[in-house]
Amino acid sequence: MYRYDEYDQQIVNERVMQYRDQVRRRLSGELTEEEFLPLRLQNGLYMQIHAYMLRIAVPYGLISSKQMRMFAHIARKYDRGYGHFTTRQNIQFNWLKLEDTPDILADLASVEMHAIQTSGNCVRNITSDEFAGVAQDEVVDPRPYAEILRQWSTFHPEFAYLPRKFKIAISGGKEDRAAIYAHDIGLAVTKNAQGEIGFRVLVGGGLGRTPIIGSEICEFVPWQHILTYVESILRVYNEYGRRDNKFKARIKILVKALGIDEFKRRVEADWADLKDGPGTLTIEEVDRVASFFSDPSYETLTDHDAKLNEFKADSRSFSNWLSRNVRPHRIPGYAIVVLSLKKPGDAPGDATAEQMEAVADLADRYSFGELRITHKQNLVLADVRQKDLIRLWQEASGHELTTPNIGMLTDIISCPGAEFCTLANARSIPLAKVIAECFEDLDYQHDIGEITLNISGCVNACGQHHIGNIGITGVEKKDHDEWYQVSIGGAEGNDSSISKIIGPSFTFNQVPEVIERLIHVYLRERMETERFIETVRRIGHAPFKEHVYATGFMAQEEKVAGKYIVESAQYEIPYYSPRF
Amino acid sequence: MIIKNKTIVADDWTVLRLQEQDTAEETIVSAGKIIVPLKVWRAQRETLQQRQDIGVWLASDERAEDLKGDIQKFSVIAVDFPKFSDGRGYSIAYNLRARLGYKGELRAIGDVLRDQLFYMQRVGFDAFVPRPDRKIEDALKGLSDFSEVYQTSFDPVLPLFRRTQRKGNSAAGTLND
Repeated sequence: MYRYDEYDQQIVNERVMQYRDQVRRRLSGELTEEEFLPLRLQNGLYMQIHAYMLRIAVPYGLISSKQMRMFAHIARKYDRGYGHFTTRQNIQFNWLKLEDTPDILADLASVEMHAIQTSGNCVRNITSDEFAGVAQDEVVDPRPYAEILRQWSTFHPEFAYLPRKFKIAISGGKEDRAAIYAHDIGLAVTKNAQGEIGFRVLVGGGLGRTPIIGSEICEFVPWQHILTYVESILRVYNEYGRRDNKFKARIKILVKALGIDEFKRRVEADWADLKDGPGTLTIEEVDRVASFFSDPSYETLTDHDAKLNEFKADSRSFSNWLSRNVRPHRIPGYAIVVLSLKKPGDAPGDATAEQMEAVADLADRYSFGELRITHKQNLVLADVRQKDLIRLWQEASGHELTTPNIGMLTDIISCPGAEFCTLANARSIPLAKVIAECFEDLDYQHDIGEITLNISGCVNACGQHHIGNIGITGVEKKDHDEWYQVSIGGAEGNDSSISKIIGPSFTFNQVPEVIERLIHVYLRERMETERFIETVRRIGHAPFKEHVYATGFMAQEEKVAGKYIVESAQYEIPYYSPRF
Repeated sequence: MIIKNKTIVADDWTVLRLQEQDTAEETIVSAGKIIVPLKVWRAQRETLQQRQDIGVWLASDERAEDLKGDIQKFSVIAVDFPKFSDGRGYSIAYNLRARLGYKGELRAIGDVLRDQLFYMQRVGFDAFVPRPDRKIEDALKGLSDFSEVYQTSFDPVLPLFRRTQRKGNSAAGTLND
């Protein structure tokens, strides 16, 4: 993975000093909260319900075991012993004190990490394919370009005060695993007919209040020009994006208002001055950065270890894990292992300090000391020898990291929700827990097969509910009660689509039964190996809607309420406490 | 006092801001060194261009291109930041410098605070009028927050990878040692 040189380290160290001074000025009253706000936000620090939340950048989700151990240290020393991995491949700590945050950043800088631009109206952390470099369908490894874009966007002087936040995702496989259609800029690094590397550039995708699938602005931008091309997109957005209304300030609204043709015309008019200028990438720089992503020292091995098959026949749980959580690797004899952070009953994406240390040890022993964080809030060991899978499974099981549910109903994507976030209307995590417990039965889950379920506590869509096969959103009604809107038909990847709401919203306790009814219709209607999303696309929303609303929920309400007691999280401060 | 070329200096320019009842055509531009709104410059160009002591300022919703042709007439151009979170002024400055080749003083006015100054100097500002309720000595420190930067802008024009020899992997060692 990428290693800092003296320039990277100096920039991050100077950032720590700058931030330390900003915190000092805030604590002394020299800065008002209003003035401090954009400064702390550009450093990933939010003021949440109970405490400050710090979001730490994990560039394109790639992390070393040493860095993971630093997270464990931070969790223990400054937080409550755990952290939350997010859909943007980052980690968040929820229980921090403002005065500790400069020290946390100094700790992070000591392992080549930072929290730069993890929030605020600027270019955010670049996200990418969690299987980059090891996927069988990879066309071009996106990681060097993700790192080049990380450096380009870090403290870009012109784009620190954009109309709104700006997210760039990059993928390099035939299958898009980075949700590039749902980003402000989506980049697919690819090769043209002559074998030259370049980027298919999408713009104006995004979720939030106005979910839109990105439009193609250019079919092929040669790699040399990608930084200047992206710069021109950002400049046009900075100049013309709306600033009068926060909800209409994302680039997708501008692209929609101008139309993709006019938007492209403006970008390319700007770019005409930049093309071949100093921002043009050099082969030396690409080669330099790519040298950090060369293959680790793989052994020459063959697939299909005999012992593996033997053990598979003996152990059903191992066999389940193998088929759900282990993916093919491009190198014979190796496998990609997804460690599930979705054990039913636990908060999706949460990991304790002990788990962080355990996965760091596993990475050291079995995967060249590296890990990835997925946008589905799980962890990946990307380079595991197939002959190590049994041992790895046994050890990881001891840390509750082997729930065989990757890509299945209980692999729920969820935002932190109203217990932590000041924006959310709904308790995403308790809901995720209840749903996961309802569908805990593995045989049933395996029968249902591949499906995605995303929960967002509000319209801002941090849980990416629009691209879930089933999406749940917390909505607020007049009486300040929590209500849950259910939508179906969303998908990410090459056939991305935005889900549609099925009808009036539900109470917390009704939601598991609603999911059950949706699944019922799918199982009744599906043809052969059809996945949930394919059935929805074939038969439409009507049969689902009809069945869900056909009968009342009263009895179910009691049953669910009795069976699944919804415990509020263990805080000293009451739920819905005002900000402090 | 303002910050100019990284030092605190006395300044005798005044900035003309139109009040609600003023019109660009009829407002009186007093004698002395004065920086007028773009609208006033456009409305009174015939008379104003006779004077040597006229500067112009752009609002954040105006564009550098609006000054094309006139740009070398001014020894001072200012860009107004109505609120520190309005970042359009950075692109205006970049366009004035990098695209239109403006060589004179480029001044940031309005809601100008210490933590923006580093970015502002990179896109081409060389003069800053920090908000009057803040100590100008503190604001000056903002210009030296970082000693190195990655990407191209007006200053420096060359990105880090074109200015220096950076190390590749063979020299890097592994983080987990």
